[in-house]
Order: sequence, then structure tokens, then C-alpha cells
Amino acid sequence: MAWTRDQMAARAAQELRDGFYVNLGIGIPTLVSNFIPPGMKVSLQSENGMLGMGPFPYEGEEDPDLINAGKQTITELPTTSYFSSADSFAMIRGGHIDLSILGAMQVAENGDLANWMIPGKMVKGMGGAMDLVAGVKKVVVVMDHVAKAKDGTIEKKLLRRCTLPLTGARVVDMVISDMAVFTIDKHGLGDMKLIELAPGVTLEDVRANTEAHFEVALAKAA
Amino acid sequence: MQKVYSDATSALAGLVKDGMTIMCGGFGLCGIPEALIEALKESGAKNLTVVSNNAGVDGIGLGRLLETKQIAKMISSYVGENKLFAQQYLSGELQLEFNPQGTLAERIRAGGAGIPAFFTKTGVGTLIAEGKEVRAFDGEEYVMERGIVADISLVHAWKGDTEGNLIYRKTARNFNPMMATAGKVTIVEVENLVEPGQLDPDAIITPGVFVQRIVHVPNATKHIEQRTTRKRETA
Repeated sequence: MAWTRDQMAARAAQELRDGFYVNLGIGIPTLVSNFIPPGMKVSLQSENGMLGMGPFPYEGEEDPDLINAGKQTITELPTTSYFSSADSFAMIRGGHIDLSILGAMQVAENGDLANWMIPGKMVKGMGGAMDLVAGVKKVVVVMDHVAKAKDGTIEKKLLRRCTLPLTGARVVDMVISDMAVFTIDKHGLGDMKLIELAPGVTLEDVRANTEAHFEVALAKAA
Repeated sequence: MQKVYSDATSALAGLVKDGMTIMCGGFGLCGIPEALIEALKESGAKNLTVVSNNAGVDGIGLGRLLETKQIAKMISSYVGENKLFAQQYLSGELQLEFNPQGTLAERIRAGGAGIPAFFTKTGVGTLIAEGKEVRAFDGEEYVMERGIVADISLVHAWKGDTEGNLIYRKTARNFNPMMATAGKVTIVEVENLVEPGQLDPDAIITPGVFVQRIVHVPNATKHIEQRTTRKRETA
């Protein structure tokens, strides 16, 4: 029942297309790079100033001057280029990046996204997320369907309206959770649509865990 | 005019005053001007406003200036890895202005280029746009952001010549080139200091006009925040 982190990443990888320039967020989105289909050319952009990100280095070959936006040591490829933060966000804001895959705390049915702060509690900051969702052509959110607190209470994350401060208004095109896949028309033409269920997850399960209104548009019985 | 100073302390001497705005290059701990930050700490200057994407981590980089409470305000995009920062902010000791990372980079670029303001779609409809002018261009909404300049910019480069021409290395470039342009006084620490003529003019990222003071910091300590590796395939 429900998708694992790797299965969610693999589902997100189905949104990749040959020749895409892609920015992957921290966490599950980073795993998407493990599922790039063989033979497909995808260039990974890291907003700290690199295009053409390679895999993690072999032990002993880590370079402190070569990190991704998650501050992890990485390597370069023959296609790699380096640039300043201003040039990096010219790529992002200027609409030159095809796909951004990132995590979220809340997503609303109109495409609003919240993932950068909880007032009075968490002050990590938005980093590059606001620029990414504002400028990248397609925005895919990968997240757990609900948030489970330590005391066992469950908070819904797919909402009618976000209650946390927004990262972007009407920016999300697709949500991949551990239970289902939804599409959103961020121009407000039509409702959020449920297009896929994870194996073993029923429509009733999704309804019970989702506050947002959605239209059921499943291709076939899963 | 001689731009080269013998060490970080003398490079800052006579410049730093309480209440100044200081820009500080780096992304996480990558490409931070660590020797200059240490000299800034030693200067004892207080009530500083620091513009930097991050605030170091506990005990390293700008984290050291948080310990001594020399920073009154940070302008940053992400401070996730710094516990002391979160603590000082939540207790009200430290002011914090969050800027989206691309907006921060562009504000600095604009400031250095003599552009007082610009419009961006980043942050429209969020807290970031509150109190700022929003204007529609070609049917889309944009928020006005201001260019920023600093009293002093602290920059880290890989190679520099005595003219102040600079080359950065890999992702240690990040905010350093924009900050070099946006300081009323820009002070650079270079890992390798060479004579004019030894850098390929086509490879220079920051021309020397932006740089007022240079200090040679060979064998700079470099830190890794997240050491991630992969297994070697066995033959």
C-alpha cells in the first residue's frame, strides 16, 4: 500500500523528457536523478551555480569547492558549466529551466505552495524555492500525502487554501504523493484532477486524507 | 596605489565601523571569505547588518560573529543549518530579512551596476511582496525589489593578481562576483596571488576595478557540510 520514497521519485522521473534542464530540490526530489531513463539526456541544474551535475564523488575525492544546493559534495561532467548566483537565477527566473521538482509542506487546489516557514516555529528560509516556482516552466511537488506528528495526529497537506505563508501563488502543476498523483491547472481553468492512485490505495483513502476538492480523472482502474 | 595587504587584519584596518552594512560571499561554507570574517570578528565592530546567503554554521564563518553578537541584522535566503541563528532570531535578539535567493543575487548585482530597483515575478502573492509596489507588465504581475550596496564587501576568490583581477573555482563562485561589484570598498582574499600577466584575460570573472584591497590566504581551511560519496564499482 502506498508508494515508497523511491517509488515516488521514480514516478516523478516519468515527467522528464529528453533534453530537459531540471532543478531537483532536497530530499525525495534528489532521488529522481537515480531514475533518469537510460538513453535520455537530462541536465541537472544546481542553483548555487552549476549546470550538468554529476554523481557523488568516490570517497577521498570530495572537493569542498564542488557542492550542490543541499551542500552535498558532488562531481562534474564533461558538459558541466559553473556560473554566479545571479546567472543561475537568470536561468531560473528567465524561464530557461524546463522542470523543477521540489518538496512541500502544503499545496492548495489552486496551485498555491507553502514550503518555507512555520511562523514562530521554523525559520529555515526559502532559499531558491520562490524563484524556482515563479520562473521554471513546470513545477512538480513530491511529498507525503499527510503530515504525521510524533503524537500520532495527522495533518492534511493537500488543502483548499494553504494556512502557512506561501512560497508561490498558483505555481504547482502536479503533485505526486505516496498515495496518488494530481494535476493542477495553475491558470484556474478547471479543478485539480486525481489522475493516478498508488497500488492498494482506494479513492476513499484519498478522499479521507485530502481536504482539497478534486475531480476524479483516473485513466483506468489501477 | 598598492592593493595588496599583508594579512586579513591589516586589510580591514581603518575601514570597519559599528552599524555598517557588510556583504559576505559564499553559499553554505563554500567560497566563504573565512580569514576576512575572522578579521571582522577581531575588529570588534558591533551592530552590523550582514548580507549573505547563509549565516555560516555554529562555530564556523558568520556563525562566529553570531556568537559574539556583533550582527544586529542578517539579509539572507536560508539559515537552516545554524542553531544559534534560529535561537537569536526567535528570541528577538537578531533581526532577519529573508530574501528569495534569486532576488538577493539580483539585488546585489543591481546595486553594483547602479540600478536602484527592478521588477521580478519571484514572491508575487507572498509575504515577500507585502509593502512593495506590484506592477503588471504584459499581463503578468511583478514585484519591485531594490538594488543594494554595502559599505564593505568581503569576497573569496581562487586566483587573483595584484591588480585585483579575480578568478573563482567551481561552485565557490556563487555570490562572490556580484558582491565584489556592490561594495563601496571590496576586500578580497585569494588562495593564489599572482603578478599581472599571469592570468588569462579571457578567463577573468571580476575585473580589478571592483577590488580595492587584496590579501593572500594560501592553504585556506575549507569545510564540507554534507560529505556525500558513492561506492567504487568493484571490477
